[in-house]
Amino acid sequence: MAEELRIVLRNYGKIDPLKIDDYIAQGGYKALEKARTMDPQAVIDEVKKSNLRGRGGAGFNCGQKWSFAYQAQADEKYVVCNADEGEPGTYKDRLIMENDPHTLLEGMAICAYAIGAKKGYIYCRGEYPYVVETLKTAISQAKEKGVLGDFDIEVRMGAGAYVCGEETALIESLEGKRGEPRFKPPYPPSEGLWNKPTIVNNVETLANIPVIIDKGAEWFAAIGVSSYPGTKVVTLTGDVNNRTFFEVPTNTTIREVIYKLGGGIPAGKKFKAVQIGGTSGAFIPESQLDTPIAFDNMSAIGATLGSGAVFVLDETREIVDTVTRIMEFFEHESCGKCAPCREGTARCAELMQKMNAGLGSQKDLNLLEKLGRVMSYSCLCGLGQAAPTPALSTIKHFRADYEAKFI
Amino acid sequence: MDYRKVISDYAEVPGGVLEAFHAVQAELGYLPKEVIAEAAKVFKISTADAYGVATFYSMFSVDIRGKNVIRICESAPCHVAGAAEVVAALERELGIKMGESTPDGLFALEFTECVGQCQATPVITINGKPYLDVKPAQIPSIIAEYR
Repeated sequence: MAEELRIVLRNYGKIDPLKIDDYIAQGGYKALEKARTMDPQAVIDEVKKSNLRGRGGAGFNCGQKWSFAYQAQADEKYVVCNADEGEPGTYKDRLIMENDPHTLLEGMAICAYAIGAKKGYIYCRGEYPYVVETLKTAISQAKEKGVLGDFDIEVRMGAGAYVCGEETALIESLEGKRGEPRFKPPYPPSEGLWNKPTIVNNVETLANIPVIIDKGAEWFAAIGVSSYPGTKVVTLTGDVNNRTFFEVPTNTTIREVIYKLGGGIPAGKKFKAVQIGGTSGAFIPESQLDTPIAFDNMSAIGATLGSGAVFVLDETREIVDTVTRIMEFFEHESCGKCAPCREGTARCAELMQKMNAGLGSQKDLNLLEKLGRVMSYSCLCGLGQAAPTPALSTIKHFRADYEAKFI
Repeated sequence: MDYRKVISDYAEVPGGVLEAFHAVQAELGYLPKEVIAEAAKVFKISTADAYGVATFYSMFSVDIRGKNVIRICESAPCHVAGAAEVVAALERELGIKMGESTPDGLFALEFTECVGQCQATPVITINGKPYLDVKPAQIPSIIAEYR
């Protein structure tokens, strides 16, 4: 184990991303051709059977999502690619788009054929203007070659809002509004962009599609952990020797990611904690490092796989200080639509600042725990629901670090 | 710049107000009041809604600011990699505090959250261009590129 397996990054370094002929020479757009000889229902069944689950963080069965949009009756349907990669410590979608933009276009076109959409959007974060250019070049090349048929793709650029990674907030932003999440239901596959059936899929999810159609569902389903098959691109940051990215099968453990691929902790220091899945993920102690980086396995230890960010802290790092910074992040990024998040993130940050300054007590810790629990079930969207996780998980696993700062 | 012309180019784009704001801001560096009023008219939304959009997104500014926008990431991976020292070096070099612009109108200093270049922290961006693995000692020479 602990070997890389490149599916979504299969063309990384092998092709010139700005040349469609390079992509085609690697077998590109063959899967789309194949899909178009199949019945749309059969394409969806194949994706369903592969058990591909969303790589953006929610882990929903991709084929099942598509089938909802397929069944919906409407004069227009949309495919939207969520390229609003805002989760701190994550850059996997950028890697895919920068190095192999056509795999994304091909995945979107297959989805469009399956659900009956004619129009697609890539919502790319405003922090990636150079990626927007690459995507636009790729789209114009694909149009020129005629590989996309009657499917049209447009790139739209975000403008710096973490919450727009939430699919209904992203849709609001695409419609030219403030990126505030919608009340659900209805879910986007029945009523999404301009109230039409819409599939919103993450970049990494869509990049898997051509390979699944090409090699078949059974091939894909046999890779990694069966409940969350395939690979995951992980990006390593913090106190780890190899601060880089890897694409690994989902039965790879956190320990293998940090020690075998990541090369361990620099300067002979000891491991303290790892936060997985981005800034809303749980901090995980040494005792749980043998967990595979698969969705359900992570949930079982009270953590999340999220975006696949792996943020490592060594023994010299201050947990309370780091979590304080993270809580300030959520206070800043809360969109303000619902009170539990708008007020909750501000109070979480306030309590963390107080404790980090050495002015806190057991009472503050209890209050933070209670507030976090309430937020986790009362906030409107995933942002507020997950925001307290870094605090709650560190209170659970690193309580002594908090107590050491009590007044 | 004729902002009316720039905005009208997006009039037929559904939900195109963000694109129009990006285009105007690329020229002017911020979104003046009259741009917001014009966008409201073109996209048939209220001025309040247009202002709401302009102020929701952290990359849009409704206040005049320095021409070259320097943003420093303060997310956790950059935080532990020493972003605070880079902030101090930037403030020292430009003689302003975070959130301010230089009196000559050349530079604006802003915080940002993750810019997705976490393989080489800490990271700053200048007009969207990332600078990786930034050391405080490099700040004067990086700034000099824009003087």
